[in-house]
Amino acid sequence: MVRLIGAAAPRPTWNVVRDLHQLFHYPFMVHAFVAGTIVAVVAGSVGYFVVLRQSAFAAHALSEIGFAGASGGVAFGFSAVLGLLTMSLVGAALIGALGKRLHGRDTVIGTVLAFSLGLGSYFLTRYKGNASGAFSLLFGEILGISVRDVWVIGIAGAVTVGVLAAIYRPLLFASLDEDVAEARGVQVRALSIGFLLLLALAVTAAIQVVGVLLIFSLLVVPGAIAERLCRTPGRAVALCISSSLIFVWAGLAVTYYSKFPVGFLITAFAFAAYLAVRLLPNGRGGLASGIQRSPSPVEPSGASRR
Amino acid sequence: MAGAIIDAQSLGVSYGTRSVWSDATFTVAPGEFVAVLGPNGAGKTTLLRVLLGLLYPSAGSVSVLGRAPRRGNAAIGYVPQRRPVDPELRLAGTELVKLGVTGRRWGIGWPGSGAPLRRQVAEAVMAVGAEAFAGLPIGTLSGGELQRLALAQTIVGGPQLLLLDEPLASLDVRNQVAVSHLVADLARDRGMAVMLIAHDVNPLLPVLDKVIYIAGGRLTVGRPEEVITSKQLSALYDANVEVLRDSRGRMFVVGLEDEHAHPHDRDRPATVGH
Repeated sequence: MVRLIGAAAPRPTWNVVRDLHQLFHYPFMVHAFVAGTIVAVVAGSVGYFVVLRQSAFAAHALSEIGFAGASGGVAFGFSAVLGLLTMSLVGAALIGALGKRLHGRDTVIGTVLAFSLGLGSYFLTRYKGNASGAFSLLFGEILGISVRDVWVIGIAGAVTVGVLAAIYRPLLFASLDEDVAEARGVQVRALSIGFLLLLALAVTAAIQVVGVLLIFSLLVVPGAIAERLCRTPGRAVALCISSSLIFVWAGLAVTYYSKFPVGFLITAFAFAAYLAVRLLPNGRGGLASGIQRSPSPVEPSGASRR
Repeated sequence: MAGAIIDAQSLGVSYGTRSVWSDATFTVAPGEFVAVLGPNGAGKTTLLRVLLGLLYPSAGSVSVLGRAPRRGNAAIGYVPQRRPVDPELRLAGTELVKLGVTGRRWGIGWPGSGAPLRRQVAEAVMAVGAEAFAGLPIGTLSGGELQRLALAQTIVGGPQLLLLDEPLASLDVRNQVAVSHLVADLARDRGMAVMLIAHDVNPLLPVLDKVIYIAGGRLTVGRPEEVITSKQLSALYDANVEVLRDSRGRMFVVGLEDEHAHPHDRDRPATVGH
């Protein structure tokens, strides 16, 4: 992991303008913030659906499948990112094709995951190179991110967010009520595979920042928070995106001024936020409902955009 | 039959080589209220899946609203058996109802298109008497409340036929009667035909026009008092079944206690013939 070059570690002056100026002084910090911002938006927008569709295991599996792909990419001499992208997309298509229904798909995911990890271990024996490459994939390497990586993340992210916006309402329907949606003519199978492919893209992007092992902090935790707080899906997605932005930005800012690795900081902030939300009352009334109460009981989402 | 909502002629269904039921001939007229009864695994949900176009019949013919069944028929409102809802989910019940209108549209929906939609949703919510709880988190709603919201989601699209899979299951007796009457009132007000799967016919007796009893691989169709008789049921189940009536006209089926004790399994093909 790239640490700051130079004598003394920077210290915050608590003058916001000067601190921000200092923070963005080095190109690697600018790259990190750009990449982190894109990833937070992508992961946040996918995250609510990961939670609604109870696809946390799929997200986990896709990131490990992607890891196997990345080691394959290195082993065979093309780029790790390309291997990661290819393999997670193939894994997503396989899981989607084999697991017909949303419910009871875990065994399919586990089977595909086991085979991919087997492939990964084979790839790793082929490439007897530096272990730090593997380490950065596992824990992320946002501070060493290149301009090319930023482009890869940006394109993967734009495709993910664009397609997600296009299928937003049918996907929501299929996620909340698969049987009714299917009877209503919503293509639930195609949506299921499509969402897994989007998830693979989001995973590819997010791994660059937080790595394989810490990916849940951005793909699942914001969704879990939004699920417990929001009365409308629009608000939930907005909260998902903004909370993952805060985790990433805060993590980057604090890591700059401290000894803590950024992955640890992001996961720590996410976990703390989740714990705080869990402490809120969650009954029929409850604080969470009080935030969004409106005069009419029929339509409490008076400010809804849709 | 001309103008029938559903017209089935010698209809049969099988999973692979195993026949679920066969030679079913019946019609459902506009506005008719039909209960589908029968033991677990007899193929009641299978019948709905055929009408929804999710399952192809293996024999005979069926038309729904004058056409072959097809997926995504907006003229059919379908409420499947309820699955448990994530208690953490704080999404408002109205969001479920809203998906009855917007769930098939692409995109995220544009700002400003909300007012007519909100009116539509509010109207459906009022029609099922869910005003008091429709805005509450889905995860906190009871079975009866969820059932009413599911009905609201269904009628918001203005269907001509309602297909309801065990809407009375896991409701207490008072709610069973209330939901039965609610469905009947909605159907009458909106001119909808209803086909409803149930285990217990009693909450439905006041509103029922027709019974389809599925057992032993065939369908018996008729008025409740014609079908639910000791003779008919004994023949259907190949067992000694008695139908008793109390002073208020309610029917009690005796001799099938084992049948109704089975855990319900919707995907199990018919193995009737006890």
